[in-house]
Amino acid sequence: MTALETRLWLLQRVTALVMAPLVVVHLAVIVYAVQSGLSAEEILSRTRGSVFWALFYGVFVLAAAAHGSIGLRGVLREATGLSPPAVGLLAAAFAGVVTALGLRAVYAVVIG
Amino acid sequence: MTTASGKTQRMIEARVWRGTPEGGELVSYSVPNRDSQTILDVVTYIQHRLDPALSYRFACRVGMCGSCAMTINGAPRWTCRTHVDKVVKNGKVVIEPLANLPVVKDLVTDMAPFFAKWQRAEGRFAPTADRKAPAAVIDPASPQRLAASAGIECINCAVCYAACDVVRWKPDYLGPAALNRAWTLQNDVRDGAQDSRLRAVAGDAGCHNCHSHQSCMAACPNALNPTESIAGLKRLAARAILRGAL
Repeated sequence: MTALETRLWLLQRVTALVMAPLVVVHLAVIVYAVQSGLSAEEILSRTRGSVFWALFYGVFVLAAAAHGSIGLRGVLREATGLSPPAVGLLAAAFAGVVTALGLRAVYAVVIG
Repeated sequence: MTTASGKTQRMIEARVWRGTPEGGELVSYSVPNRDSQTILDVVTYIQHRLDPALSYRFACRVGMCGSCAMTINGAPRWTCRTHVDKVVKNGKVVIEPLANLPVVKDLVTDMAPFFAKWQRAEGRFAPTADRKAPAAVIDPASPQRLAASAGIECINCAVCYAACDVVRWKPDYLGPAALNRAWTLQNDVRDGAQDSRLRAVAGDAGCHNCHSHQSCMAACPNALNPTESIAGLKRLAARAILRGAL
């Protein structure tokens, strides 16, 4: 399927664009939380029920899962002798696992 | 070695790959070092004076035909325009066949897979006018013509193809030369096969495989930039898919 490669390429670039500012904010938040010595309870008290952080990390997880699995697909295709369907399946499974674990973490931080 | 005039002749130790598709080895030859000598001169000297069974390929000797590319000290180069002074280190040089192509014998590789990919990438002009039509008027300064002109001086030597990591990892990949050719045609307003060609270069083995390592650009003897051409094809494909035209 000709359009698949172009679609995946475009999706990987768009998710990179989405993640670039998210990564910066994510790192800034980590530095802020560590510098000011926030405890887990203090962090959770700020994130629980927050629509902003739910959206922020929800989008982050989805973008990372798509971006990373497309990259992994390329690596597997070049570095292993696996068939294209097997590579597609592995990459999709990776995307599924990252999405599930990521959204589970977002759920824990925002809802509990 | 002492020459007829009594001067000491400097010698080059050329280690040349000799073999067949079944295997081979580097064989050392001692070749006189001369002024303005090229690697092609070294190989020719070996065949004429030392071992007539050595196989290699060349035609024009002046950097136009793209026949004589080989691997010199691990890097692909056109041998007719590669001066010995540039590549011989401590009097030694290693000469091997081009990488990423099947060996026929010694320094000769089979170029058939390389040219087959030009065809798969539809790297051929598809005319839209017949001979009775007036000549197309093309502004040499138009962005499309500038893009085409930037990539047009390819001599099909396969140096970029041999330098490409992605071709090595994924032998099906169309490679920098074929994609560069496709890009020049996508920018030729007289060409009539652009939709079909874009589908050909945006497929599983096409432009999206490129990692932009730029080895092709670094190795190209004509200083072309196939990586830029491939990036252009990626942009064209992305625009086409957003338009629903791919």
